[in-house]
Amino acid sequence: MSEKHSAWRNDAAAKVTGRARYTDDLKFHGLLHAVPVYTDHVHARIRAIDTAAAQRSPGVVRVITASDVPGSVTFGQILRDYHMLADDKVRFNGDVAAVLVAETRERAIAAIPLVKIEAEELPPLLDPDEAMKPGAPLVHEGHGSNVVNHHVVRRGDAAAALARCDHVIEQEFRTQFIEHAYLEPETAVAVPRQDGVTEIYASMQHPFSTRRFVAALLGVPLADVEVRTVPMGGGFGGKDDTVSVVAARAALAARLTGRPVKMTYDREWSVRESYKRHPYRIKYRLGFSREGRMEACEVRVVADAGAYCSVTPWVTWRSTVQCCGPYDVPHVHCDVYGVYTNNVVTGAMRGFGSPQMNFAIEQLVEMAAEKCGISATAFRRKNMLRQGSVTITGQTLDTHTVSLEQALDSTLGQVDFHDKYKKCSLGRSESDELYGIGYAISYRGMSLGAEGMDFNAAVINVQFDGSILLEAAVHENGQGAESAMVLLCAEELGVSRERIRYRMPSTANIPDGGTTVASRGTIMGGGAVVNAARALKTKLAELLAPQLSCKPDDVRFKDDHIWGKDDSHTLAFGEAMHQLFLMQEYPYSFGTFKAPKVSWDEHTGQGNAYFTWVYGCQAVELTVNKKTGRVKLLNMAASHEVGRAVNPAMVLGQFYGGMAMGTGYALFEQIQHEKGKIQNTNFDRYRIPRATDLPEMTGLIIENADPLSPSGAKGVGEPTNELMAPAIANAVYNATGRRHFALPIRIEPEDRP
Amino acid sequence: MITYVNGRPREVGAAERSKNLLAWLREDCDLTGTKNGCGIGACGACTVLVDGRPVRSCRRTVADAEGKRVLTIEGLAREDGGLHPLQQAFIDAGAVQCGFCTPGMVLTAHAFLLQHRNPSREQIRKAISGNLCRCTGYQQIIDAIEAAAPHYR
Ligand code: FES
Ligand code: FES
Repeated sequence: MSEKHSAWRNDAAAKVTGRARYTDDLKFHGLLHAVPVYTDHVHARIRAIDTAAAQRSPGVVRVITASDVPGSVTFGQILRDYHMLADDKVRFNGDVAAVLVAETRERAIAAIPLVKIEAEELPPLLDPDEAMKPGAPLVHEGHGSNVVNHHVVRRGDAAAALARCDHVIEQEFRTQFIEHAYLEPETAVAVPRQDGVTEIYASMQHPFSTRRFVAALLGVPLADVEVRTVPMGGGFGGKDDTVSVVAARAALAARLTGRPVKMTYDREWSVRESYKRHPYRIKYRLGFSREGRMEACEVRVVADAGAYCSVTPWVTWRSTVQCCGPYDVPHVHCDVYGVYTNNVVTGAMRGFGSPQMNFAIEQLVEMAAEKCGISATAFRRKNMLRQGSVTITGQTLDTHTVSLEQALDSTLGQVDFHDKYKKCSLGRSESDELYGIGYAISYRGMSLGAEGMDFNAAVINVQFDGSILLEAAVHENGQGAESAMVLLCAEELGVSRERIRYRMPSTANIPDGGTTVASRGTIMGGGAVVNAARALKTKLAELLAPQLSCKPDDVRFKDDHIWGKDDSHTLAFGEAMHQLFLMQEYPYSFGTFKAPKVSWDEHTGQGNAYFTWVYGCQAVELTVNKKTGRVKLLNMAASHEVGRAVNPAMVLGQFYGGMAMGTGYALFEQIQHEKGKIQNTNFDRYRIPRATDLPEMTGLIIENADPLSPSGAKGVGEPTNELMAPAIANAVYNATGRRHFALPIRIEPEDRP
Repeated sequence: MITYVNGRPREVGAAERSKNLLAWLREDCDLTGTKNGCGIGACGACTVLVDGRPVRSCRRTVADAEGKRVLTIEGLAREDGGLHPLQQAFIDAGAVQCGFCTPGMVLTAHAFLLQHRNPSREQIRKAISGNLCRCTGYQQIIDAIEAAAPHYR
């Protein structure tokens, strides 16, 4: 059984009653429907797109191609290489050559086959190693090479150190493309407003990114696009570029027809076109001493970026920074490449470059321990990062509590690892079931780090009756971001949460706070809320101190009241706001939180990569059937540092969801390409974990409030999703005596010892 | 023909009979609580109850519901608008994240609890195994269903 906390969410009642209106649930007068037209190609030069027959089809209002674009047909978060409508070339099978707009969705779909695309096939680049070779054909001619980016870490002298080491393990690992599989596919509605502004509703996790894509395609300033937030059915990092492009196409259709346009993807389109988690090819050489001290590590990673850059440089940067896991390694030589191919685009997905690396490093340390003849736990303890340790990029961990060992001990204690490990089969068992227990640990840099601008904003607008309107530049992806903001605001102002209404923000009334990814919602948005609340309290204290017969410094906020120095002077919160009205003063405040300074040297790969870090450990018990190779999960436990748990039930929800998703990554999930075309585009053939695939899970929250976070809280969304694959791989080894270096782990029955 | 949607009789015209049940509920009845997650019967997001049994509305036509009682998520709350104990249990257990699977999950659980008043966690797991949820790992959903079971006794 799980730890029980009673939960609170501001949106739960609407969601359990069906009242919550998601994008596709919205209706508008005169609404048109748009659908994408794909090509049969994977890599081809477009000669002509003939839309005449489709244009004449009943119910079709307009067929849109790249030639109708008033703004820029290409855009992107880093490189502006994403062709929102294919013009010169088809670069992957999910490129959209035209958008059909019709009176009904059925009419639009019926006309799809009538769009004729004439194109000259080009040889497809499907293997990133091939694509990297000099002289390979180019996916983007203008880029000059298929290498999107190259990141390094240079610390000490890894080559010399490896030559001196008692032991060196060389191992290659491979990971697969996986799909976010949010239950709600991409969808957007664009409404052309009479004032010239285009209004957007969409299933997105970054309204400001969506606004940039829309403005680019329309060729209008940002202020001419207003993106409004609505409930959305899951993101996991996957609702950024693709849905932004969908929204941009809907916006163009709305502008060209003068009517509201809805573009809702079905699952097949979503899987075909949306970006995936990067598959990695990872080569390690890990050197260590006889006593089990890690000395040197050489790492080379090639990540398949697919047809467009998306956020590949950022994803692979995290892999670079975290390439040695949470260990102190004095000599490191790491090269990480992102490479264009004609495969499906890859981009942000929960974990963001860490799940791949952890899968490798957390097996490597166990292999190394075995070579030294010491336990994997002893090996980890010898090498793990501790208070004041220096990371491989030269960052001293001394501004927060380094709770890695605490997380390790917490999880191992929970599952009784020490005793259960002795029962592991290691390939030998009387019965058909081989038993194994395994675990993995990690550290994770919080928020964006040196990868990007990292700041956020919040507005607290108290009404004169004492009710409160709150908004922050974070997005509700389903994780409970709004609820966390409300709880932090209530706590800081000393008022009950019922007083607070979270406003569904729009890009027109809150400044750009960046994207709600990187587990940064609570730490960054929450930081802004707390700072806004503190600013408001300072203002109120000054204005109300005379009435409370004390100095501003003595004013306190608690129990829905504002108090003077002693309890004899007090004002109910609502009454206090009325006093402000009489003074003609606004109880309004704007707060921001700017991430503390970070640094990075692109040439040496050294610097303070992230302003703070979190630590975690996950363990799993399982059996493997010798005859069938079937894995049965028996039990899972996780401990994660969260700084401070603002809404514990929701924190645990992140734990469980992350572990489940990690299980899918480990055991079932894989996008299957056939010559560049995705074969498993729906849930019948792309299997995500079901309730019966999963065991009971336990989540253990570790709280060491972070002094650099105004709320003390850090993030939890991603750390929970980066450990289950190596934990399962280690448990499978302890069950079968065999290691698996590729994901998903497939245990052939002949693996039987 | 007539079908009963959330307790109210509803006339179905000849043209509507062949319409997809999910599309009809969402578009014609404006009951948008029923969601489309796959359109092929593989995710359970479109689950409604027809004569008390969970049905994937994306795989049915309106004619399939002829003369039958269709219950959608909008029809589960009490007449006075108060939450059904199962809905409250989902909230209290933290079983709701993005909420996209929630309507189908709640209705599947409701049909199950009407039949099984004292279920084990393992039975609950099996009962909801056709309903995909990407957010929760199911743990708190199972907690919620378990907690609601006494209300069905
Ligand atoms: S939408 Fe019907 S089962 Fe997925
Ligand atoms: S709560 Fe998001 S899919 Fe279940």
